[in-house]
Amino acid sequence: MNGPIPKLAAEAIFVFALATTITGALIAALTTRIIRSVCGLAICCLGLAGLYYFLHSPFLALMEILIYVGAVCVTIVFAVMLAEPDEPAPEARRGTAFLWSGLALVVCAVIFWGVYQLGAQQDWAAPARRVTDGSIKAIGVSLLTTYSLAFELISLALLVAILGALAIARTGRTKA
Amino acid sequence: MNSPALYERPGIYLIAAALVLAIGIFGLIRRRTLIGMLISGELIFSAASLNLMAFNHFKAPDPAVGQIFVLFIMGLAAAEVAIALSIIIAVYRNYRSVKTQALSELNG
Repeated sequence: MNGPIPKLAAEAIFVFALATTITGALIAALTTRIIRSVCGLAICCLGLAGLYYFLHSPFLALMEILIYVGAVCVTIVFAVMLAEPDEPAPEARRGTAFLWSGLALVVCAVIFWGVYQLGAQQDWAAPARRVTDGSIKAIGVSLLTTYSLAFELISLALLVAILGALAIARTGRTKA
Repeated sequence: MNSPALYERPGIYLIAAALVLAIGIFGLIRRRTLIGMLISGELIFSAASLNLMAFNHFKAPDPAVGQIFVLFIMGLAAAEVAIALSIIIAVYRNYRSVKTQALSELNG
């Protein structure tokens, strides 16, 4: 890589994005106040957008910020305001809670180890040649030719989801 | 020839994706409210997307396909969040709580 940014500075930005992703995920999973958890999700998605940028897909980085931070997190914040979803005070702190936490830790450590062995430790074959360059233009052409049916179907799925969300949230209101 | 830059090694992206997946599963198990579990589910979605993007950039012959797939994942995640949050709001109206301990009407 011999761009306008020297390699060391680019690596520093990359490490920052990586640390942002991991820290945001930890905040999202571990804090007790749910609003901090939403903020952790937003931070994690900002870091992920940086990682997507380093993976040569600036369009997806933009979409990550637009959809996750702009839509998903804001929607969750609205739900947090409508309900009162703070973590309940732990009742049996000493005995069973630590046991279950340890069990969950073991489960996710095993899953991490398995995915690590499956993905990062294998020697995946590099492609012989690239068909497209993965630019925004290539994405647009693929969306409107090969994947046009899936593109239309996802718009239909979003429409049905909006209508379903409205219907579900409305029925409770008439009863209350 | 010096070693490739940190951001040109696929292993780092894969380890980060596995770490986010593990954190998301830990949160999904340990959270005791529905919204917390939903946030952890979003983390799992993000981990899957990052894994897919890493393989797409380094190992796929057509780098546009993975980006389109991740775009579809994002759309479905947004739809899922909308539906799940409306269900959570409906549950809150009926039970006055979104704690998973309180939702035990079908408990035998």
